[in-house]
Amino acid sequence: MSEEQDKALSNFIKAAEVALDLPLDAAWIPAITANLQVTFRHAAAVAEFELPDETEPAPVFEA
Amino acid sequence: MQTWATAAEIASAVANGRASALEVIEAALARIEQKNPVLNAFTTVTKERALARARAIDAARVKGEALGPLAGVPFAVKNLFDVAGLQTLAGSKINRDRSAATSDSPLIARLEAAGAVLAGALNMGEFAYDFTGENVHDGPSRNPHDTNRMTGGSSGGSGGAVAGGLVPLSLGSDTNGSIRVPSSLCGLFGLKPTYGRLSRARAFPFVASLDHVGPIGRSVHDLAVAYDAMQGPDPEDPVCADRPVEPSLPGLEDGSKGLRIAVAGGYFKRGASAEAITAVDTVAKALGAREEIEVPEAARARAAAYIITATEGASLHLDRLRARAQDFDPAIRDRLIAGAMVPAALAVKAQKFRRWYREQVLRLFEKVDAILAPATPCTAPLIGQQTLVLDGVEMPLRPNLGLYTQPISLIGLPVVAVPVPLTPLPIGVQIVAAPWREDVALRIARALEKQAVALAPRPME
Repeated sequence: MSEEQDKALSNFIKAAEVALDLPLDAAWIPAITANLQVTFRHAAAVAEFELPDETEPAPVFEA
Repeated sequence: MQTWATAAEIASAVANGRASALEVIEAALARIEQKNPVLNAFTTVTKERALARARAIDAARVKGEALGPLAGVPFAVKNLFDVAGLQTLAGSKINRDRSAATSDSPLIARLEAAGAVLAGALNMGEFAYDFTGENVHDGPSRNPHDTNRMTGGSSGGSGGAVAGGLVPLSLGSDTNGSIRVPSSLCGLFGLKPTYGRLSRARAFPFVASLDHVGPIGRSVHDLAVAYDAMQGPDPEDPVCADRPVEPSLPGLEDGSKGLRIAVAGGYFKRGASAEAITAVDTVAKALGAREEIEVPEAARARAAAYIITATEGASLHLDRLRARAQDFDPAIRDRLIAGAMVPAALAVKAQKFRRWYREQVLRLFEKVDAILAPATPCTAPLIGQQTLVLDGVEMPLRPNLGLYTQPISLIGLPVVAVPVPLTPLPIGVQIVAAPWREDVALRIARALEKQAVALAPRPME
């Protein structure tokens, strides 16, 4: 990640801490950042896959 | 009864009076006392309850009452299942403050109704967010084949207890692979049924839209008997399907002839170790499965499972993260916190992808009855190991043990993990069937077991 992206993610985490009312210890931030980077990579892989607007999400899933 | 007796052998001996349920459970309790200090599979042994239950079974036999198909069979459950009188730990420190469960989870009740005897609760990865079987609060489950190695998780104790000969049968849960991974690393048969097949009521949740529960054993017959005994609707679990019991036992010996079986290619071959490839090839050869099939977008399916797990898991634990973050395993806490920060728009995308993927994969089952895939990319890693090498690239171990299981459970397909007894360590192969066709996967597993291609190896004493 570029320095700019690192800074943006750091700001995102700080904002999420407030928005979620989830107090974070500074010592946890590097691991949270690393996890978030992996999670966003996976999310991007899913999000870039084009699906019809009509595709129903499957939160209540039936096999 | 000997240490390695199957559930079927025990039930037969108890029903015929060749052994009493009491002597069977006393022998199991003695093995637990002897081996658990090393294997660390049990977190609680329900000794008094087990002895009382065994005496009741023996008394019923004396009276001429019919005994169930699991009469006198000791079993144990991952400590996320409610057991009356015990706190439901789910591998956590935080849940030690909960009050004790007032009744057993329905699956325990159903197994006991079939005659089985609960021997205790089993170690697991914290809140089931784990593929290793390691636990910072209770210590790691240890693999009976090499106690320096991990059992796999999160149902680590469920693997260690059965592979170590402490009990012939256990229950685990599987959100992304937590039955199949320990089955593979411990050399056991494990059944992850179709999503919604078995009741999850009063089993501590993790990811509501991915959670499954199922049995682990040393023989296919034992899995089938336990699975049949646990089937049936349960209004207490809204996900549990309103389907009648569809017994797998009657067709278990039908063999694999006539079934169309293919091997998953592409994604499911990339990153696999030589052992994982050998295991799949051995199973495929024994079954005459020559066709290779591509599971479409499997890598993206794994990514979707990752997102759904992170976000739903975070939602489940958000209040605990706010109030008691310091009491979590730090590795799990940090992953859950990251999950809480994923925007909902991305989580819903994953759920939409899941719908598309399910439709594509179901089409494959118009052409085949079962698909073979590795259960884990490697045999049991050392406890504490942090990375593994996949295709020459060093990767973090924890998430990647579920590389091949996650794309399958994302759409709730039934799977039997079968153990291939390689030396020095076993490794599992997934037999994946169409929804509600556990019988097909079990039948194939049994055919492999009969050929001794798949079998649960005994650890060196």
